[in-house]
Amino acid sequence: MDLRLTDDQQLFHETTRKFLESTCPLETVRQLADGEPAGYERGWWKSGTALGWTSLLVTEEDGGGSVSGHGLLDLVLVAEEMGRLVSPGPLMPVNVVTEALCRSGTDEQRRQVLPGLLDGASIASWCWGAPAAGIDTGGAVRVTPTTDGFIIDGVSGPTEGGAEADVHLVTVVTTAGPTQLLVPSNHPGVRAEKMHSLDLVRRYAKVSFDHVEVPREMVIGEVGGAAGDVEHQLQTAVVLQCAEMAGAVERVFEFTVEYATDRYSFGRPLVSYQALKHRFADLKTWLEASLATAGAAARSVDTASKSAAELVSVAKAYIGERGPAILQDCVQLHGGIGVTWDHDLHLYLRRVMVDVTQLGMPREHRERVAVSMGMGEVER
Amino acid sequence: MSPFEGSTVAEGDPEGEDVESFRLRARAWLAENMPRLPAGYTNAMLIREDETGERARRLQRTLFEAGFAGICFPVEYGGQGLSRAHQRAFTRESLEYQMPTQFNVPTFTILAATLLDYGTEEQKVRHIPAMLRGDELWVQFLSEPSGGSDLAGLVTRASRDGDVFILNGSKIWSTGAFRADYAMCLARTDWHAPKHRGLTMFIMKIHQPGVEIQQINMVNRTAEFCQEFFDDVPIPASDVVGEVNDGWTVASRLLFHERDAVGGGSPFASGVAVVAAGHGGQRSELLELAGETGTIGDPRVRQLVAEDRVNQRVQGQLAQRITTGIRTGAFPPPAGAMPRLLAATNTERNFDMAVEIAGSGIGAWTHDNDFNWGEAYLNRQGGSLGGGSTEMARNIISERVLGMPREYAADRDRPFDEVRHN
Repeated sequence: MDLRLTDDQQLFHETTRKFLESTCPLETVRQLADGEPAGYERGWWKSGTALGWTSLLVTEEDGGGSVSGHGLLDLVLVAEEMGRLVSPGPLMPVNVVTEALCRSGTDEQRRQVLPGLLDGASIASWCWGAPAAGIDTGGAVRVTPTTDGFIIDGVSGPTEGGAEADVHLVTVVTTAGPTQLLVPSNHPGVRAEKMHSLDLVRRYAKVSFDHVEVPREMVIGEVGGAAGDVEHQLQTAVVLQCAEMAGAVERVFEFTVEYATDRYSFGRPLVSYQALKHRFADLKTWLEASLATAGAAARSVDTASKSAAELVSVAKAYIGERGPAILQDCVQLHGGIGVTWDHDLHLYLRRVMVDVTQLGMPREHRERVAVSMGMGEVER
Repeated sequence: MSPFEGSTVAEGDPEGEDVESFRLRARAWLAENMPRLPAGYTNAMLIREDETGERARRLQRTLFEAGFAGICFPVEYGGQGLSRAHQRAFTRESLEYQMPTQFNVPTFTILAATLLDYGTEEQKVRHIPAMLRGDELWVQFLSEPSGGSDLAGLVTRASRDGDVFILNGSKIWSTGAFRADYAMCLARTDWHAPKHRGLTMFIMKIHQPGVEIQQINMVNRTAEFCQEFFDDVPIPASDVVGEVNDGWTVASRLLFHERDAVGGGSPFASGVAVVAAGHGGQRSELLELAGETGTIGDPRVRQLVAEDRVNQRVQGQLAQRITTGIRTGAFPPPAGAMPRLLAATNTERNFDMAVEIAGSGIGAWTHDNDFNWGEAYLNRQGGSLGGGSTEMARNIISERVLGMPREYAADRDRPFDEVRHN
């Protein structure tokens, strides 16, 4: 967590934590895994939106509002808490779409879509139809211009909440450049196919477009002019991922220290062995470094710093590599119990591995860092 | 004061000169008065050409006379009494200029900082302005040939004789002692007390009869480290720092400042030693190496160069988080061992990546530059050993940050003269 929160942020943080702990502890997460197709109940998500989970990146004129005047810094507090409890819910896609609407949506688009997303009556997904911003998303959606719009054909990459969404923000590339479309999920020819998901409650789908006619009114922003928006959405999404991973890793580290403190072998606690103490020292250092870089990335995007693109990719490259390393070492420190279904470790490992591998692998974010260092693009 | 409290320098200063106006004033003054760094040069490279430290002393005096020395030091000891934000602004403005960075570590960040905390008023008035004026370079005499990590087990002897202590023994790993003027020296004054309770910290003049200094030739062909031999060296009792036999308290404070300095959190450093002109604080040695070896388009090399940048960025971010956390009380001061550990492991990784990128140029090369990655690589572990080994850092983190049980010690609470030692 950021070490300098305002009083309002602290209150918001505590409220969010208490709400998650009381409504969605890990036992509930396990129940949702089998019981809920979406991984969460809509009524629960609506209660979350009442706490502000979907309004932080939206201006007050559009019905939103932040806690501290820095909406993204407020939102990462939610993401971090959700990481600590591997919570369900479409936090990332809904916030990415509300922010995109605020940045580039027309009055009409905002009026039609925002209120439902803000109060949880509807859900949005962010659907990558093409590689963009240096990230290979697995999307392959072709775009053919018509007289009053486009026809799109193809399949998106893994799309968080794609099967539950009422509306998809589809990122494609036209001959003019990156373009974004806001397509209702019940639009003719649009179909979502559920995927198997490593995470127990975060569900992914492939969204397919079968000769879908998209009128020009469904374009968000300018045709071919969405590069800046896509980059910003990626930054926001990766900042949330990093906060969530850092929160998850922090929680696992805490209960691993507790376990090793309480567990005795050869008549002494595990934490009295120097071989293990030194490993815990490394883990603690990497954890604090992860929290530090996640916070720095969030602040850089919040202030629209010119190094934001680099700092976001620095955070993803670092946490995406260190996070799984820390968790796997925590599994090792638990012994055999750590690889059983009943232990909670795998819930965290699932969540972190989903975050690591979506929206750019550490390798791809390092390449983005290389570009930001002035190394030029590599021919693909 | 606890030996582990954070430095009390303010983060910002709403009362004094506004940071932005200070920055502009500094910018104009630097342009007018300080020599620029030659292209591609770092201040660290200039240190290597400044054998006697005369250049650094001259530059420091220039800063002092213009009122830009000791930005975070109190006014009564010759400093400017300004905030960390002012110091950061000045450092940022100074990146294109030659700076006396030789004074940063250990003189300002470690020894002046310790003196501020534990020196007598007379000691502070005598020495801190002299340091800021460029007249006194300081080093620390702590480690001994008989033991590194077990600092409190040292065997250099200071025996009281009226108003003086007589020093005998040897110290090692002091950087640049041959060009320095004063040292803080930790010696044993009571052999019957347990090891931590029989030590005293002294201020000592380095160049005087009875002190012999030998430079140590290192694997990377430098000779900055020294060993000193003391033969009946008299030290006035007025040069004791803190209390007699309470030197461990002072040393702990000194080590805290050292971790702060090595981890990048000290407010007392001014200017940066390793940033080359024209890089605006973002120099990447590995990027330059990739350029020299024609491998910038190689995807694997790009991954390595970017990983190094990631490590550097995260190191700075961690240092800032820990500094803030120690100040707000979110972390105990020993948390300073975390940035120290990360900096060391990053350095090891940096050397490995340099070897990977440089390839055959590590083993055989034709250029006559004084820098070669192969020679530098031989000292890969230097950063993990100097300033307390990374093993000690891991002990500190696990025991004093995470609260895990302390290691068994055979000498705990036993009179030192009953303890087996080298």
